[in-house]
Amino acid sequence: MTSAQIEIQLIACIVAVACAIPGTFLVLRKMAMISDAISHSILPGIVIGFFLTEDLNSPWLILLAAFSGILTVVLVEYIQKTGLVKEDTAIGLVFPSLFSIGVILIAKNAGDVHLDVDAVLLGELAFAPFDRVIIGSADMGPKSLWVIGIILLVTLALLLAFFKELKISTFDKQLAATLGFSPVIMHYGLMTVASVTTVGAFDAVGAILVVALMIAPPAMAYLLTNNLKKMLLMASVFGIIGAILGYWVAHWLDASIAGSITTVLGVLFFLIYMFSPNRGLISVLYRQKRQKVEVHLLTFLLHLQNHSEKSERHINHLNEHINWHKVRAQSVLDLALKNNMITIDDSIISLTDKGKTFTSEAINYIITNKSAAIEEMKDRFFLFRG
Amino acid sequence: MSVQEYFSLVLTDYTLRTITLGTAILGIVCGMLGSFAVLRKQSLLGDAISHAALPGIVIAFLITGAKTSNTLLIGALISGLIGTFWISGIIKKTHLKSDTALGLILSLFFGFGMLLLTFVQKMPDAQQAGLDKYLFGQAATLVESDVWLMAVVMGVSLVVLIIFWKEFKVLHFDPDYSKSLGLNTYVLDVLMTTLIVMAIVIGLQTVGVVLMSAMLLAPAAAARQWTNNLGIMVFLASLFGALSGIFGTAISATSNNLPTGPVIVLIAAAIVVISFLFSPGRGILFREIRHWKNRNDLQLHKTLYFMFEIAKTHNDISHPHKIKILNNFQGYTRNSLKNLEDRAYITVDGPMWSLTQKGYDKAMNLYNQQDNTHD
Repeated sequence: MTSAQIEIQLIACIVAVACAIPGTFLVLRKMAMISDAISHSILPGIVIGFFLTEDLNSPWLILLAAFSGILTVVLVEYIQKTGLVKEDTAIGLVFPSLFSIGVILIAKNAGDVHLDVDAVLLGELAFAPFDRVIIGSADMGPKSLWVIGIILLVTLALLLAFFKELKISTFDKQLAATLGFSPVIMHYGLMTVASVTTVGAFDAVGAILVVALMIAPPAMAYLLTNNLKKMLLMASVFGIIGAILGYWVAHWLDASIAGSITTVLGVLFFLIYMFSPNRGLISVLYRQKRQKVEVHLLTFLLHLQNHSEKSERHINHLNEHINWHKVRAQSVLDLALKNNMITIDDSIISLTDKGKTFTSEAINYIITNKSAAIEEMKDRFFLFRG
Repeated sequence: MSVQEYFSLVLTDYTLRTITLGTAILGIVCGMLGSFAVLRKQSLLGDAISHAALPGIVIAFLITGAKTSNTLLIGALISGLIGTFWISGIIKKTHLKSDTALGLILSLFFGFGMLLLTFVQKMPDAQQAGLDKYLFGQAATLVESDVWLMAVVMGVSLVVLIIFWKEFKVLHFDPDYSKSLGLNTYVLDVLMTTLIVMAIVIGLQTVGVVLMSAMLLAPAAAARQWTNNLGIMVFLASLFGALSGIFGTAISATSNNLPTGPVIVLIAAAIVVISFLFSPGRGILFREIRHWKNRNDLQLHKTLYFMFEIAKTHNDISHPHKIKILNNFQGYTRNSLKNLEDRAYITVDGPMWSLTQKGYDKAMNLYNQQDNTHD
């Protein structure tokens, strides 16, 4: 590995962590799309800042761009408060308008601006190491590494300082307000951090990758855990994995680094979406199927309990009366037998004692509207699950 | 070239006519279908789909090597639809919320598209020059066949909307009711989603990925302010869409270095702002005026009632009293006194006021719910 390669990966990793922290809170607060809006609407801020400073890494430009990010949030909230349109419509109206202003500003001054909309949206990580900080004659490393590194440090400091406040205001706004820390300040603080991070990162990795790094790793972590600290940690780790793997994929394909980091994140997300132990698609579908069979079983047992006459308890009767297909009837019957809920004599089904207790307990929960308790009951009674 | 010249040239100049027609039709389609997107609370779906279409465009190019927009748009349509259905899959099957799902699909698909795009650009015989225009949109590259395609999409959407008008209406305002009517809501949903995706895809070439969401939303959000009737809303949204298309093209064609897409979006945004401010029913201006009037009325009524309380202790209700006994606490101001006099509730004579019979009756019925008449 050359030093440029190491530097690129380092920048990518730091951006990933710096994005994952605010991203986690955005995802939890159901405001993920605001990161997309900010990433686009910083454009006019960047353009105006660039006119004034002529330097893409100047702190003034970053502040100005972050300001236009916050302006987006304020505008969205103002429009939403008028009650004329919903929040998502407000987002969808504000950021394209601001973005348009940015594009027009660039186009109008095309002659003297070396600023490309492509560059803002897509970024080019491969060029990041060329723009270096030089103090005296000493080479202090790439500029964007410094910019994003400082942003990460500030973000981390804020996270540590306000962790409790952030946590409470994210999960329980009313409680936060009664405890005396204003959810509004937390909200705008978070938005400011998100804006500054977006601006600090766009130059290196582009707006779209910022969005991907803000949303995808926290979303993956959210599919795996409910614990905020673990979620923050996992999101950062996923971001770093995406950044490093993505870099090497790009190296191998000779394609855009930002694009391949996003693609790696996409593949990772897909895997977790499918296979996450409790919340993945496969386990959800499996659980739903099991739930369905077990509900059928309960219906079947209730039917048996309600009828003492033999005709209603004949094995063939299942098909006709409860209107089940043969296969389903068979699987329900098997499940009941395996769990010792029923016995079959001469094709006549009767409940065992265990079956009777189970059924009457279940019906008790149903009529007292505590259906959730049935889940716990299943653990006690079932030897085999559906 | 001035805007007037532009409009005189529109009918004769082939390029101008094509572009203007294209953006106008696009505006109509977007307004029409955008109304439903807004009602379905899927405003940001447009943003997500327009980004999700990118990999489809590049893959279509990779497979066929064709640059004709129709082939590429089919690719865009397919990948847009995959994105849409994955979004609804994520929302339905996991506990991730819709905003996360939208943001995920948007950024992941777009990133993948970028990867493919840079990959394509490095191929030796790449005729990729045409692919970039889908990112930022170039209305100038519209040709007649593109306009025809847009017209076809407009026709199809119009026919589908007319045939299933009633069904869509019920579906969007009362999904449970529509289910109980036995409508196949799933099919209707897919149908509407497909139409919206189609509208987005045909707009990519003109206004580009980023601005497409505004194209879809802005006319609908503006139209919503003027009416509560779905039919009128769809019509108005189409009208606003067409107007932004035409004027956006006119303005950008008549001055140097003004990209068409952003100008169209800004005009649409201006229409939204005007609607927000000045629509008679919901607009901010008229609402503020109403609030202001209500506040004034309340103050007036307070003063009047205070006067009534004093006057009713006298045999002659018009017995004069000093103005001095009124104070700000009862909502008294010089203006409110004058207002009361104008309405003939009181007469003022020098430093004295006295209640009239009319004022007395009014005050007596003031807090009586039976009398809701306003004057």
